[in-house]
Amino acid sequence: MDSAEKTISDKELVSRVRVGDQNAMGALYDRYSALVYAVALRVLADSAAAEDVLQEVFMQLWRNPTRFDASRGSLGAWLAVIARNRAIDALRKRRYESDIEDVVVSVEPDLASQADRSRAAKNVRDVLNGMPPAQRQALEMAFFEGLTHTEIATKIGEPLGTIKTRIRAGLLALRKVLKP
Amino acid sequence: MSVHSRFAEDLALYALGTLEGDEQVELEKHLKDCAECRHEMDQLRGDAALLALSASGPAPPERARGRLMNALTREPRISLEQPSMRRISWWSQMGWVTAAAVVVIAAILWRTDASLSRRMANLQKEFDEQQTELQRAQEVTATLTATDALRITIVPPRMTPQPQGRVIYVPSRSSLIFLANNLPALPVRRAYELWIIPSSGSPIPAGVFKPDAHGDVTVVNSRLPAGVETKTFGITVEPESGSQFPTSTPIMLGTEE
Repeated sequence: MDSAEKTISDKELVSRVRVGDQNAMGALYDRYSALVYAVALRVLADSAAAEDVLQEVFMQLWRNPTRFDASRGSLGAWLAVIARNRAIDALRKRRYESDIEDVVVSVEPDLASQADRSRAAKNVRDVLNGMPPAQRQALEMAFFEGLTHTEIATKIGEPLGTIKTRIRAGLLALRKVLKP
Repeated sequence: MSVHSRFAEDLALYALGTLEGDEQVELEKHLKDCAECRHEMDQLRGDAALLALSASGPAPPERARGRLMNALTREPRISLEQPSMRRISWWSQMGWVTAAAVVVIAAILWRTDASLSRRMANLQKEFDEQQTELQRAQEVTATLTATDALRITIVPPRMTPQPQGRVIYVPSRSSLIFLANNLPALPVRRAYELWIIPSSGSPIPAGVFKPDAHGDVTVVNSRLPAGVETKTFGITVEPESGSQFPTSTPIMLGTEE
């Protein structure tokens, strides 16, 4: 399964989607639906709502495949971020505010195979586990709950500046995942 | 790294989409002029994307794949730049679907009760009326969107033609046609976007388009949200892939009088 998956690159599959190839969409769904669904479910904690976001994310790819720029990052990460943004829009019961055009994901790791995705996920979790708990909490509240630093500060009773510092430091720590 | 330290923390929040208020406005203003901070912003967005990879959980339900594939089949890709092609395709499908429905319904009626044949006749009549309406609409759209159509703006003598647009909007059908001419040339990688401006709430995107070399364009959009009541429309200049909300001041605005 894994080697078969890797025989066709994301870039090639997206090229096929651009000319309306539904089988290519199916292959991309098989490759990334678990990640997209996991992100949506983490944000929404509601399987039906997460399934709606899953559908919406892949329909966006179907409608606008040209908006993914392979030279600017990994498709898997791009889809995961769109899922996160759409899920937060749904969480806040607002009309979709995030335009996929605005989603830039300058991360390079190839996530086309299950092994790649598992390895990347493990590396990220290792970094998160190594963070001070308060830093990880602030980062995850901002990312998975879509809370502003003001809302986080109020919720956990810490100064605004502290929250800002923790979030930035957390993101910079994640950057190390990409370092050899 | 020598990112302007004043904005360093706000950049991280902005990358997560959680910066707001004056801080967001100030940072966006700074980003327009600072390539260094834009680069750092891209990096931080990449860092944030990695966080998404930490999510784990059960696989999506089996039905979700079938739901997606069915949706793909139902939804041909939209291209507002070639409205005539899309419009004709959609209508053609509607004709076949309607015809198929009539045939099936007719067969059922015939087999179950001959007395229901009057209903079939009514359906046939309705179908014929729909076909007539369909043909008329196709003719109108074909004329509006023909690539060899002549479009002439008539103005008083010695007056330079000004940009102008006309929106024909039918809320009950969730559809509109927009015709414009003499629109100014666009900057590189930008496009015009048409907005429905409801009496309350945010503007609703109604089509992204680029005029031809003469500044002329026709947009046909029948995929609008249902039943939006408005009398006001606007045009802004946006990134060429369009925006969910206007990001610039309207260059044209119009309200039904």
